[in-house]
Amino acid sequence: MFANKKKNRDDIESPGSAMADIAFLLLIFFLVVTTIDVDTGIGMQLPPPPDPEEEPPPIKERNLMNILVNSRGQILLDDEQVGIHQVKDKVTEFVDNQNRSQDPNLSESPQQAIVSIKTDRQTSYDIYIDMLDEVRGAYKELRDNATRELTGETYQQYNERVTRENNQVREMYPENISLAEPDPGT
Amino acid sequence: MSKFKKKSKTKQAVPTSAMPDIIFMLLIFFMVVTVLREVELLVRVDFTQAENIEKIEQKRLVSYIYIGPEVLGGGNFGESKVQIDDALVEDVVEVRRLMYDKLMEEPRMIVSLRVDETSQMGLVSDVQEELREANALRINYSTLRDI
Repeated sequence: MFANKKKNRDDIESPGSAMADIAFLLLIFFLVVTTIDVDTGIGMQLPPPPDPEEEPPPIKERNLMNILVNSRGQILLDDEQVGIHQVKDKVTEFVDNQNRSQDPNLSESPQQAIVSIKTDRQTSYDIYIDMLDEVRGAYKELRDNATRELTGETYQQYNERVTRENNQVREMYPENISLAEPDPGT
Repeated sequence: MSKFKKKSKTKQAVPTSAMPDIIFMLLIFFMVVTVLREVELLVRVDFTQAENIEKIEQKRLVSYIYIGPEVLGGGNFGESKVQIDDALVEDVVEVRRLMYDKLMEEPRMIVSLRVDETSQMGLVSDVQEELREANALRINYSTLRDI
């Protein structure tokens, strides 16, 4: 009787052991096919398609910063040739004019400032991305500084905490980047 | 004495009953994070690098456009082409229709532009113009983090 009972118990336990093997096989399969690569990149919002009947809104010359990049990677920033590492400081200075001396050549306020990037058709993509990166770096610095004064956080922490509508820093420094249609070039 | 012996015998067996549960938990984790759909690239895409980048959190909203020199085999590359899903787009104007259809399925769509670093801005800009016409306005330039 006792021996019988023991055997019965063995029978009940045995099918469970194979389950682990099957699960292991599946696990290994998914381990192999998984690619945990996080998509990173520069997010942008394109303007809506142009309306032929509507005139583009007038923009004051002083609120617009023109950045031209030619096919050889040379940069012309408001009629002045600069190196790529100077761009960030120049953009910061241009956008944040109100916090410093009221220079009439710089933007009236960060809200009205527009940075326009224009390339040649032959300009290579990595030069353009470098350019965009510099401009975004300038805005990131401005936003970081503004958030630190406001709440003491970094902008990233602040941005995750508040909703888009309540984001004061974003309102203070809207990222107005205009991507102009490239020149046909030579 | 006999009582002792029996007790030690029961303790010798390693409790494996919880192992399937653990394995299943791992399995379910990997099943969830796996993205099986990966297109076969017909163009070469070497990403460029940037510092001020952000992550795309909602991967399901993303649809990709690949721009780069066509892979011809034998280590040769042809002219720059545009690839959407598994096919090359011969005329850039077709991008508008393709992306418009995708936008109708998922109105919150983000278009991720995966562009080879040697591509010229002319083609990229043409694709962007088509995206504007298709009203697919949220874009993302795929870049790696600058080290």
